[in-house]
Amino acid sequence: MRCFLTMLGVIIGVGAVIAMLAIGQGSKNSIQSTISEMGSNMIMIFPGAERRGGVRQSSDDMQTLKPEDYQAIINQASGIAYSTPTVNTSGQWINGNNNYPSQAQGVNPQYLDISQRSVENGEMFTEADVKTAAKVCVIGKTLADNLFPDGTDPVGKVVRFGSIPLTVIGVLKEKGYNTMGQDQDDLALVPYTTVMKRMLAVDYLQGITVSAQNEDQTEMVISELSDILRTQHNLRDGEADNFNIRSMKELSEMISSTSSMMTVLLAAVAGISLLVGGIGIMNIMIVSVTERTREIGLRMSIGATGRDIMTQFLIEAVIISVTGGILGILLGAAATAVIKFVLHWPVQIDPSSVILSFAVCTIIGVIFGFYPAAKASNLDPIEAIRYE
Amino acid sequence: MSKEIIKIENLKRYFKVGDETVKALRGVSFTIHEGEFVTIMGTSGSGKSTLLNTLGCLDTPTSGEYYLDGIAVKGMGKNERARIRNRKIGFIFQNYNLLPKTTALENVELPLLYNSSVSSKERQERAEKCLREVGLGERIYHKSNQMSGGQQQRVAIARALVNNPVIILADEATGNLDTRTSFSILTLFQRLHREGKTIIFVTHNPDIALYSSRNITLRDGRIVSDEYNHDIQSAEEVYRSLPVDIE
Repeated sequence: MRCFLTMLGVIIGVGAVIAMLAIGQGSKNSIQSTISEMGSNMIMIFPGAERRGGVRQSSDDMQTLKPEDYQAIINQASGIAYSTPTVNTSGQWINGNNNYPSQAQGVNPQYLDISQRSVENGEMFTEADVKTAAKVCVIGKTLADNLFPDGTDPVGKVVRFGSIPLTVIGVLKEKGYNTMGQDQDDLALVPYTTVMKRMLAVDYLQGITVSAQNEDQTEMVISELSDILRTQHNLRDGEADNFNIRSMKELSEMISSTSSMMTVLLAAVAGISLLVGGIGIMNIMIVSVTERTREIGLRMSIGATGRDIMTQFLIEAVIISVTGGILGILLGAAATAVIKFVLHWPVQIDPSSVILSFAVCTIIGVIFGFYPAAKASNLDPIEAIRYE
Repeated sequence: MSKEIIKIENLKRYFKVGDETVKALRGVSFTIHEGEFVTIMGTSGSGKSTLLNTLGCLDTPTSGEYYLDGIAVKGMGKNERARIRNRKIGFIFQNYNLLPKTTALENVELPLLYNSSVSSKERQERAEKCLREVGLGERIYHKSNQMSGGQQQRVAIARALVNNPVIILADEATGNLDTRTSFSILTLFQRLHREGKTIIFVTHNPDIALYSSRNITLRDGRIVSDEYNHDIQSAEEVYRSLPVDIE
């Protein structure tokens, strides 16, 4: 019983460490899988310089990306798998007496490869449609459901975006909500030239999205893109960029570093309870040494050396802490299961955290068992055996 | 003359208590040969406990020489003394000092646990043999706290025998026992003596000298008498003459 109470500190400590790390690891994994679903090799170029010192950008700055820049990029950059200009606008989509507010995303056909989507019904528009600024669109599931609530096949129908009639040539495969809670099916894809010329009447791009051939090349591609754009924009050395390049990798690193920090914080709190557990072990071992002074004296008189006694007490301390550790791992696993089923949080027990807790328990046993064991081994057998 | 087991020469042991020096042993010399059953007698404060601790290699003398089985103990380190206790000495205490909640067998095996040259199989065989010798062959798996005082002392004697010591040191081994059980334990000691074991029995009870082969009396840290007993009484006869307790 007393042993169990001693172990309780370690049990709770280890259990907390395991559960906290499982929560941390689980949320990290879910964020990372969402991001890689979006394409971890995705690079986005936006116009305008970064804001510094609170200076607002003028609208001129926002028009620095031109279709010629896009041409330069696809002509010059290596390491690019797919690329598309982006020009977005939002407005009311109308089909007969149904209407729905949504986005018109102006892209080129490579957008599907970049965003890892596909057309479920009908087909994607082509480069030829882009060249001619064709009045066609591919709509998302949410938009389709709202414009055609009776379930008719939208493909081939003509809908209106504001006053512009567009023929629906395809419906995107459903993708659901992303981590930020956005409906990824609430949009329509339109050739970017159509958006530029027919909807917004502008000659600049809102952005360029590029995907690197693989994730490792992201950095290289970013610097390449930066060089091309600086040349394109005739920027001299020392002059600030009038564009921004962001990669999904950066975003994913940022998010995972935040969640790692949370994990470290949680683990630190749990670690403190482990420390308290270790002190509990030391306490009980000191009591045990006092209680068993006679036994120690006897063992010494029949030939145990100080080292033998020390080993015995160290092993006892380690057994207590490791047993506590095993129970703690079970408790942590149980707590994790409860969190999973009751709160539906994404959790995952990392085998390394189990190994880590186990190692920490052994170390705690040795560290906190050392003082009592040393005390026991230094007893004088003559006095110890007569101890009452 | 047979082999010298213990030889001490002018043994002195002083303790510092505060500013005073307590002279527990003020020059004790004697030689004990193989096969002797020696009682060391003395009132409390006579130095007999200090002498026993020194003979048992638990304590080191302030001055003087001590040879155990021909080996000079003086100048040995703690670990060397632990080793010599383990190999050459069997201790028996007044309050038995058995491990609680542990079987008789495990208690007897204990000294051999600290001797790495004994295998676990041999350890168990030797412990069983010793328990049979002291008459506890039927109780080897009994827990120590389920035994009577006499049985516990027999376990302690078996534990003292298990390492084949050159000398058995008994400290008031019958002090906690009633008269009848005391005599049964004394009978056991006499039998061990007949079998050739060397025994030192420290006590303050003068009657026990009647059953040993030699008696050394200490007073104030000096030997006051050292006599051989030519008329050893049989403890077994006394034991048989005592009435059996009705329980």
